[in-house]
Formats: sequence, structure tokens, C-alpha cells
Amino acid sequence: MTTMTETSVTTQVYRVYIKATPEAIWDAITDPDWTEKYGYGGRAEFDLRPGGAYKGFTSEAMRSMGAPDLGVDGEVIEADRPRKLVQTWRMVMDPEMAEQGFTRLTWEIEEGKGGVTKLTVIHDLEGAPKLATLVSGAMEDQGAGGGWSWVLSDLKTLLETGKPFDKTEF
Amino acid sequence: MTDDDRVFKALADPTRRFLLDRLFVRDGRTLTELESELEMTRFGAMKHLRVLEDAGLVVTRRQGREKLHFLNPVPIRLIHDRWIDKYTERQVSALADLKTELEETA
Repeated sequence: MTTMTETSVTTQVYRVYIKATPEAIWDAITDPDWTEKYGYGGRAEFDLRPGGAYKGFTSEAMRSMGAPDLGVDGEVIEADRPRKLVQTWRMVMDPEMAEQGFTRLTWEIEEGKGGVTKLTVIHDLEGAPKLATLVSGAMEDQGAGGGWSWVLSDLKTLLETGKPFDKTEF
Repeated sequence: MTDDDRVFKALADPTRRFLLDRLFVRDGRTLTELESELEMTRFGAMKHLRVLEDAGLVVTRRQGREKLHFLNPVPIRLIHDRWIDKYTERQVSALADLKTELEETA
């Protein structure tokens, strides 16, 4: 890619405040029984130690539309429950994105006042412009989901109300 | 003031919307860069960025010696999911499409 004049910074930063404990947020990120309840709805598998494998499986709905079992893969770089998780992250479902290789994803969890915890997601997307478009939510109208802001909004709703945001509810 | 109140208040100002639009085009900018696009003092720009930061719409991170400002779209998403989606998503997007179309042909 030579068209990098418009965007020289390839990092995306997302932050959400959630009324939940840091431990609950950590579990919601790393436990498959939680990850299947919000966002893209796939089960995540983490071997939570440096060098450990990360597998993000597709949801049933995605597979029924022909998606493979594995959606995302990567490796754990740092796992400090419940404060910080650093991992690599590669979308393998889409050949073009798979080819753009591993990106770096950092989850920072910081306890605040009044039982509200700050969750910051930093996605370093250097060399992965197509993935950057996807996780920014810009491909939502193509049925690709709303990216990180959509996932985190859903995660907040799930942890605070006990159920995910559901469009069919009303 | 609730989180939503802070977001609406932050968005209710053309300079702050302009700053968000600049960050949407290119994220991770320094105060000096952002200030150079505004016709106001450094102090004025800082005040606006502070309001955006308090509302969670801008997140700052240190990178080396620089402090970079990033657009955080999550608060807008939360308002979208809680309010706009709930009542009028279809109509709103149809109207937004129509507006874009009319303005493009005008």
C-alpha cells in the first residue's frame, strides 16, 4: 500500500465505562460462555499466558451463512488479570484480511469510582487497512457488523442489564 | 449530569463537531495539529478538547513525547443503540440517504 498519505496513524482507540467489576469485564472478554453473548457472538478460546494461543470462533449464525469455524486467531503477549491483556489478532475468515497479517490488540481495564470500570481497547492496525475499515464499523451496511464500538456498546449493555442489546426485542 | 447529557452537550457546539470531524478523517493528532485548523487560541482549543474528553468522545494517549488525540465513537454508538435505533433507524437512514442524494445532485 502506498496510499498512506491520508492516515499516518493506524491505531484505533475505543473506550467505554461499564458498571461492573474489572474481573467481570475480564471474564466477559476471555470466557467463551460470555463472548458468545455479545458482539459478533462467537466463542473465544484463550490460553492466558505469554505465547498462548487465541482462537475466536465464528457464531452459529455466521456458519449458517457459510463462514468457516475459525474467525480470528492470534497469540497472547501479556495476560495480567484483571488489568491488562495484550494479544495479536488476525482475521482469518477473509483471505484478503488474513493476508494483511497479525495486528496488535490491547485491552486495558481500570477500576474507577462508584463501581464503574474503564475499559480501553487499543487496536494497532498497521499494515491492515481492510481490517481497520471493518473494525471501525464502516462496513456495517454490508452486514459486517459495527466493529469495536458496536461490540463494546453491546458488552456494556450485557454486563449492566444482564442481557445483550437486541434489535428484535421491540 | 449523566453520560448522555455530557455527550449531547459536547456535540452541541460547531467547533467541537469540527474537531471530531477532523479526527474522523485522521485519528491520533496532537493539540498543535488540531489547533492549527481552528481560528482560536491554543487555550480555546484546549478547552473544547477537554469538554470532548470529559464526554468520552476523545481519548488521549501518550506516544513518545507527544500526546495524541483519538476519536472514541463508543458514546455515540451507545446513544445510537439506545435511542435512535430503537425508534427510527429505518426512517432516519432513508431520510439521510435522500438528503445525501438530493445534495449530491443539487
